[in-house]
Amino acid sequence: MAGILDKRLVFVTGKGGVGKTTVAAALGIAAARAGRRTIVCEVAQQERMSHVFRSEGVGYSETRLRAGLYAISIDPHRSMEEYLRQQVKPEALYTLLFDNRLFQYFAAATPGMRELVTIGKVWELAQFERRDPEALPYDLVIVDAPSSGHGLAFLRTPRTFRDAARVGPISRQAGKIDSFVSDPELTGVVAVALPEEMPVNETVDFERDLRAEMDLGLDAVVVNALYPARFDDEEAERIERAAAANGASPAVDAALRAAILEHHRARDQRVELERLRGELQRDPLTLPFLFQPELDLDSFDILSADLEAIL
Amino acid sequence: MIPPAARPPGSRTTPADSRHPEIARLLERREIVICAGAGGVGKTTTAAALALGMAERGMKVAVLTIDPARRLANSLGLPELGNEERRVEIDSDGPGELWAMMLDAKRTFDDLIEKHAPDERTREAVLSNRIYQELSNAVAGSQEYMAMEKLYELQQEERYDLLVLDTPPTRNALDFLDAPERLSRFVDSRSLQFFLRPGRLGLKVFGRGTGMLFSVLKGVTGVDLLHDLSEFFASFGEMAEGFRERAARVNELLADPATIFLLVTSPRRDAVDEAIFFHQRLSERGLPFGGAVVNRMSALAVQEDPVDEAELEALLGVQLGRKVAGNLEDYQAIAARDRENVERLARELSDAPPPILVPHLEGDVHDLAGLAEMNQYLFATEAVPTSSG
Repeated sequence: MAGILDKRLVFVTGKGGVGKTTVAAALGIAAARAGRRTIVCEVAQQERMSHVFRSEGVGYSETRLRAGLYAISIDPHRSMEEYLRQQVKPEALYTLLFDNRLFQYFAAATPGMRELVTIGKVWELAQFERRDPEALPYDLVIVDAPSSGHGLAFLRTPRTFRDAARVGPISRQAGKIDSFVSDPELTGVVAVALPEEMPVNETVDFERDLRAEMDLGLDAVVVNALYPARFDDEEAERIERAAAANGASPAVDAALRAAILEHHRARDQRVELERLRGELQRDPLTLPFLFQPELDLDSFDILSADLEAIL
Repeated sequence: MIPPAARPPGSRTTPADSRHPEIARLLERREIVICAGAGGVGKTTTAAALALGMAERGMKVAVLTIDPARRLANSLGLPELGNEERRVEIDSDGPGELWAMMLDAKRTFDDLIEKHAPDERTREAVLSNRIYQELSNAVAGSQEYMAMEKLYELQQEERYDLLVLDTPPTRNALDFLDAPERLSRFVDSRSLQFFLRPGRLGLKVFGRGTGMLFSVLKGVTGVDLLHDLSEFFASFGEMAEGFRERAARVNELLADPATIFLLVTSPRRDAVDEAIFFHQRLSERGLPFGGAVVNRMSALAVQEDPVDEAELEALLGVQLGRKVAGNLEDYQAIAARDRENVERLARELSDAPPPILVPHLEGDVHDLAGLAEMNQYLFATEAVPTSSG
C-alpha cells in the first residue's frame, strides 16, 4: 500500500453515492500535507470540490485550495480546444478548424471523444513537462472518476482509440496516454466502497474487470463510512434486556433503541467488510462514519488524517 | 404538513400524519413508472419493490434495469438477469405476475439498427464498423436512450399492465431526459452528413473552407480514423428518418398521462439537491411527476425530551449508560439532518404529495422478503402493521 502518494496519477473509483469525492479530497489533503504538489480533478462538471472547500467555483483552471493543493473541473470542450491549439499549427488553421460549426458537430458526435479529451487533460496535468511551459508540474494528480461501471470504460478510452484509429496522430496520442494510465508505477487505482452488500459486490466485480480488461490491480480499497463498534456483545445484551423490560421513559427508550441499532449496523457492516477482505485477499482501508449533519472542511481534515495514518 | 422522520421497523404503528396519498392508487392507473434519481440512493431496490407491490395487487408487472451491476438481480434474490424478461415467483394467490429483465444496451442498439437499416449493406456497414463496435456505448446518451427504446418496445407489445423502469445511474440524472433528443440530433445532424460527403450539398452551403477543413481534420485524426468515422456517420445518416420518428414517439410516451415519474433520493443534501433540480426539469417539460421516495431515512424519531441520564445509568451502570447517551446524541444529529433535508424537499415539491419515507432498514434488501419489508413503508396507507424488525 505504501506508495500511493508516490504515483503520478491516481483514479478514485466506486459506485455512486459511496463517497468518491470525499475520498479524493481527503487523499488530496493527505498528499499535500506530505509535501506533494497535488491537484484533484473532477470530470463531470459537478463542482463538488468547490462545495468541499467552500471556495468559489473551481472551474476549468487550476485553482489553489490551500498550500500545495489545487483543484480543477475538467471541461471536455476546453480540453479539446487546448489539445488542438497545440496540434494544429499555424494558428490560422487551428481557428479555421475550431471555430467551424461543422467541426463542433463532428467533435460532439464522435463517440468517446469527450472521455478521450478528458482523460487526455488528466494525463497532461500529470506530465512533468506541461503543455503550457509556464505551468508548474504536479507531483500527484488525483481524479474523482465516474462511477464504477462507467469508470472502467473511462480508463479504457485511450486504448480503445489507439486500437480503433490504428495509425495517425490520434492513435499515437491515445497510445501514449494508455501507456501512462496502464503503467502501475505511474498510475494507481483506488476503489471506494461502503461496507454494504451491493457496493461490496460491485467492488469485487470492478477489481476482476480491471484486471481482465486493463491488466491493472487495485492499489487501495477504501471502505468509507464504517460505523464505530461502540458496544460489545455483552453490553449489547444488557441494552437489549433493558429495552425489553419496557419500563423506560420515551427518551431513554429511544436511547436504548439507538444503541441496539448501532450495534446491529456495526455488526452487519463488519460482516460485509470481512467478505470484501476475503474476496479481494487484502485489507481494505477504512474511514469512519462521521456523525455530522454535513461534512465540512474539518471533517475532511479528520478523514485525511485517518488516511495518512494508514497510508 | 411535513411528515415526521420515519419510524423504526420495531414500532408497532404507522403514525397517521406520515400517510400519503396511496401510491397503489397512483400506479394502478398507469402503464409506465420511471424511477429517477442520483446514484446510490436505492433506485433499483425501490423499482423492484414497487413492481412487487403492484404485482401483489393483481397487475402483470415488468421491472427493467440497464444497470450492468447485478443490483436488480441482487434485490430480487436472483443469480442473474439477462436481456429477456424472467418471471419472478411471488407469494400471492392473485392474478398478478412479476417479471424482471436487465437490458443489454449494445444488443438493443444492434436490434434497433437491424430495424432501421434501409438495406443489408447499410446494416452490415454499421454493425461491422469499428467505431460502432468499440464505442457505440459512448455515443452521448445511448445507454439511457436504449433503456427508453426497450421500454417503448415493451409498451407497444402490450404484454404487461405496468412497466417499471429503473433509470441508469448517470452522474447527472438529467442526461436521461435528454437522451432521445440527443440521439436523434446525433443521427439527424444533416450538416454532419454534408460535411462528411464533401461534393454534395455541403460544399455549396459551407463554401470553399470545407475542403480545407477536411484536410486539416485528416491531419489531426489520421486517415483511417477519419474514414471509419465518416463511414459511421454516413451509415447512421441513412437511418436518420427511422431514428427521428422513433425518438419522437419515445418522447411522446414520456409525456403521456399513462406515464409517471417518481424521484428516488436519500436524505443526504447532495441527493436532495439533485432531486429538486430534476423535479424542476420535469415541470419545465410538462412531464408527469408522481412524487418522491426518500430511502434510508434515519430510523429514529427526533426526540424533543432530553434523555434522563440518571435513569439510563440506573439501568445500565454509569459507564455503559453514558456511552448509550452519547450514541443517542450522534443518532439524533443525523435524524435532525434527515428531517431538515426532507422538509426542504417537501417544500420544493409542493405540487406533489409529501415524500414517502422509507427508513434505513437493517441489512441490505436482497430478496422478496426484504422488498416486502420496504413495501410496508412504500404502500403505507394500507396500514399494514410493521414487522418486529
